[in-house]
Amino acid sequence: MNKSLFNVFIVKYAEIGVKGRNRYMFEDALVDQILRALHKCDGTFVVDKTPGRIYVTAKTDFDFDEVVEALQHVFGIVAICPALRLQDEGFEKLSLDLANYMAEMYPDFVYGKGQSLEEIASICEKHGEANAKAAFEKAAQAENARLAELKASGEENADSDSAYDDGEKIISIGGIHWQKEFPSIKRTTADSVTFKMMARRNRKNYPKDSIELCEDLGEVLLNSFPGLKVDVHKPEMIIEVEIREFIYVYSEKIPGPGGMPVGTGGKGMLLLSGGIDSPVAGYMISKRGVTIDAVYFHAPPYTSDRAKQKVVDLAKEISLYTGPIHLHIINFTDIQLAIYEKCPHDELTIIMRRYMMRIAEKLAVESGCLGLITGESIGQVASQTMNSLVATNEVCELPVYRPLIAFDKMDIVEISEKIGTYETSILPYEDCCTIFVAKHPVTKPNVNVIRRHEHNLDEVIEPLLEAAFASDEVIVVGED
Amino acid sequence: MEIYLDNSATTMVLPEVAQRMAEIMTKEYGNPSSMHRKGVEGELLIRQAREGLAALLKCDVKNLYFTSGGTESDNMSLIGVAMANQRRGKHLITTKIEHPAILKTMKYLEEQGFSVSYLSVDRSGRISLEELKNSIQPDTILVSIMHTNNEIGSLQPIAQIGELIKSCNPNTLFHVDAVQGFGKAAIYPKRMKIDLLSVSSHKIHGPKGMGLLYVGDKVKINPIVFGGGQQNGLRSGTENVPGIVGIAMAAKALYENLDVDVANLKSRKLQLIKGLLELPGVQVNGLMTETGSLSLDMDFSEKQVGEAVQANKSSAMESSDGITSEMIEKAIEGTAPHIVSASFPGVRSEVLLHTLEDVGIYVSAGSACSSHKPEPSATLTAIGLDKKYLDCTIRFSMSVFTTEEEIELTIKALSEKLPILQRYIRH
Repeated sequence: MNKSLFNVFIVKYAEIGVKGRNRYMFEDALVDQILRALHKCDGTFVVDKTPGRIYVTAKTDFDFDEVVEALQHVFGIVAICPALRLQDEGFEKLSLDLANYMAEMYPDFVYGKGQSLEEIASICEKHGEANAKAAFEKAAQAENARLAELKASGEENADSDSAYDDGEKIISIGGIHWQKEFPSIKRTTADSVTFKMMARRNRKNYPKDSIELCEDLGEVLLNSFPGLKVDVHKPEMIIEVEIREFIYVYSEKIPGPGGMPVGTGGKGMLLLSGGIDSPVAGYMISKRGVTIDAVYFHAPPYTSDRAKQKVVDLAKEISLYTGPIHLHIINFTDIQLAIYEKCPHDELTIIMRRYMMRIAEKLAVESGCLGLITGESIGQVASQTMNSLVATNEVCELPVYRPLIAFDKMDIVEISEKIGTYETSILPYEDCCTIFVAKHPVTKPNVNVIRRHEHNLDEVIEPLLEAAFASDEVIVVGED
Repeated sequence: MEIYLDNSATTMVLPEVAQRMAEIMTKEYGNPSSMHRKGVEGELLIRQAREGLAALLKCDVKNLYFTSGGTESDNMSLIGVAMANQRRGKHLITTKIEHPAILKTMKYLEEQGFSVSYLSVDRSGRISLEELKNSIQPDTILVSIMHTNNEIGSLQPIAQIGELIKSCNPNTLFHVDAVQGFGKAAIYPKRMKIDLLSVSSHKIHGPKGMGLLYVGDKVKINPIVFGGGQQNGLRSGTENVPGIVGIAMAAKALYENLDVDVANLKSRKLQLIKGLLELPGVQVNGLMTETGSLSLDMDFSEKQVGEAVQANKSSAMESSDGITSEMIEKAIEGTAPHIVSASFPGVRSEVLLHTLEDVGIYVSAGSACSSHKPEPSATLTAIGLDKKYLDCTIRFSMSVFTTEEEIELTIKALSEKLPILQRYIRH
C-alpha cells in the first residue's frame, strides 16, 4: 500500500454524535485533543469540523504512521480513515483517480490489479483467450492451484509476505479494539474480492446523485478490475466517495481508541502505585472524557528514587492519552511506620490504604476532582476482597471509581501492554504497598475491629498527616 | 556531607585527568590515523600513554590494547581466545564468583559448543588450587580467574595459579580480570605468567568508557570488533585519545604512592570493620577466617536483634572485646584493601542503602552491577552466605580519598539508623 497517497484523515466519532445541544462542546473538545496530539507530529495540519466528521488535512509533508499513532491516542475517535482528497474535475477524472487509487492501494489483487490494456492483452495471450474475463478466470484457477499446492507442501508460510497472511489481528478487550495491520483487506485466495460502493453527495449541485454515483463508480471498478465482485450485503471492502467542496475517496478504517474526548467528563484523582493496574485504571476512566490527576505515596528509604521515577514515567505514558497530569508525591513513610508500630500487622495494608484514601480525597477536593480512581479488582490481593473494599471505601465521601473491578489480571496485563505501560510497570522496584506486607494479611476484615485498631494511632496521626500533606511535591507530566 | 563509599562501582575522575582530557577534546582532537600533523599529534599522545602504562605493568608497549572498558576486555579475551584456539581444544575454566562480563560470556561460549568448568570457592571466597589442578585437561585452552572479587574483596593467589596452570598444561592461556585489583596491588603479567589482563579505567579515577587489555606475546587471539584495522587489527575503531591519555594519567597517579596508599586503605578497612562489629548483629564477610566472616555472635537471630535494641546495645558493646584488632588484622590479610562486605540481619540492603543515602553516604547493595535484577548475588551464594543475609548485605568500597573521619561518620550514622530500621523488620 502506498501511504504517500493520503493527504487527509477523516476522523469518525460515534458516541458524541448523539449528544443533543451539547454536541458542539464535545466536538470542540475532540478538535482540541486532536490538535494536542498532532502538536507532536512533524508537519502542519488543519483540523476542520463538519457535521458528523472531522477532517485532518496535512498542509506539508508528514509521517503517516506518526500521525495515525497520534490520533490513536485521542479518546473520542472511533475510526481514522486515511483519504485521498481530489479537486472536482469532472466525473471522468474521478473515475480515473478512483481506479488508480485502487491499483495503488491493493496491489495484492494479482489479477484484479488495475492493469493497463497492454497488460490485459498479455494475460489474454498467455491463456489463449480473446475474452479478458475468461483469461482472468484461468489465471485465477492457476493461482488457486498454486496456493493449494503450497498449502499441501506446508510452505504457505514461506509466502506469507505476499497475499496469504492471515490478515490483521484485531484484539478486543473490555470493549477496546486494537488493530495494527493495514490495509484491512488481504486476499486469502485468488478468488474475487467483494466490494460495495458507497457515495455521499453533500454538495447538492454535483450532477450525479448518490445512487447514480454508486452505480457509475461501481461500474468503473468492475470494468477495470476483473477480480472485483459486488456484494452489497457482506462486502469484504467498502469504498467510499464523498462529494463536498473537495472529493474524498477512502476505503480503509483504522480503529481509534473510542470513548469520549478528554475534558468533557470532569476530573478524577488516580491513586498511582507503580504496579500494572493503576495506570490501566487511569487510562480507562480517562477514556470516558475524564481529566486525570494522580497521587503517589513515596516511602523513602523503603522505596527508592527509582521507584518514584518509575511512577513519573508511568504517568507520562498514560498522559499520551489523558493529556497533562498533575502528579502529587506524598511522603508516607512515617504514617506507615506508625501503623506498623501501633496496629496489628495483618491489618497493616488495610489501615494503610484507608489513610491513602483519606489523603487522596483531601488532595482531590483541593484540586477540584470529582472522584477517586483506583486499580482495584475484586479478590486480586487480600486488600481487594469485597470485605476489604468495604473497609477502605468507608473513609471517603467522594465516589471511588474502580474500572478494573471485574477484570482478570490477564486482561489487565493485556491492556497495559497495548497502552504501553506494561514494560515500565514490571520494573522491579519495591512500591510502598509491598514493604511491610504481613505473610498472612486479613482477607475478611471486620470494619469495627479495623476502626478500633485505628484508634491506636489517635495520639500520633494528626501531625503525621499534616507532615504528609506538607511533603506534597507536584510534578506536571505530559505538558507540551 | 557526601561520603562516597561506592568506589568499586565507579570513582571520581581525578581533576587533572578531566582537565587534560577536555584540552585534548577541544584542541588536540585529531584522528590518530589521519596523515596530517593533527593526526600525528594524536598518535603521539597514544604512544606516550602506552609507554607509561607499559612501564607500570613492566611489559612491552605492543602488548597493550585499548578497549571500551573492562567488559570489552573480558569479552575480547574469552571470545577472541576461544575462537582462535578452538582447534586445539574447547574447554575453558573459570570461577563461580566472576563478574557477569565473564560469566555471561562463558554462557555464550557454551552455547557455541565450548565446555566450561566453574571452580567453587571456600567461605572466604578463594578457589582451591587442588580443584583447579584437577580441572585442567589437555584440551583446556583458557583459564580465566579474577584478581579481586568485586563484591566481597577476596583475592586469588594469582602468581601461584599462573605457575600451576603452566605446569599442568603449558598451552593453556591464563586470563585475569583485574578490574578491581589493578592499582590496589602490584600486578606484573609476565612475572605472574598471565597471558591476558583486563583493566578498567573508571575504577581507578579515570574516565568511563575506557579499558585496557594486556595480551602476551605468544597469545593467539582473534578480534571481536572489525573495521579500520587500528591497534594491529585486533581492536578496530578510531582510538579514544582523551580516554587513553586519561587512563594512563590515572594509572600513573595510582602507582606513584602505591605502597603508602594501600597501607592507608588497609587501616581504613580495619577501622571500618572494627566499627561495624560493634553494631548489633552485623557480620563482615569475605575474610580470611574459618567461616569466611567475623561477627560478635554467630547465632545472632532477628529476635536477638530486637533484644539487643531493647537492652540499649549495652550487652553488645561489652562483649565487643571478644574481637581484637589483631584478629581483624589477621582476617583481612590477603583480602582487597578497599572492599568491605557486611550483612545487617533483618534490614534489607536496599533500605539501608537509601537510609545512608539520605545522610549523604553512598554504598552499594551487594554489587552495584546487580541492581538491575533482583536475583541473589552469585558471589554471595558461592561463599555459602546464610540465606537470611543474602538480601541484607552492603558493600562499602573505599578509595585513596576516603578519610578516617568519613569512616567514623559512617559508623556513627549506622549506629544511629540501624536500631530504627531494626525496629521495623518485615516478618
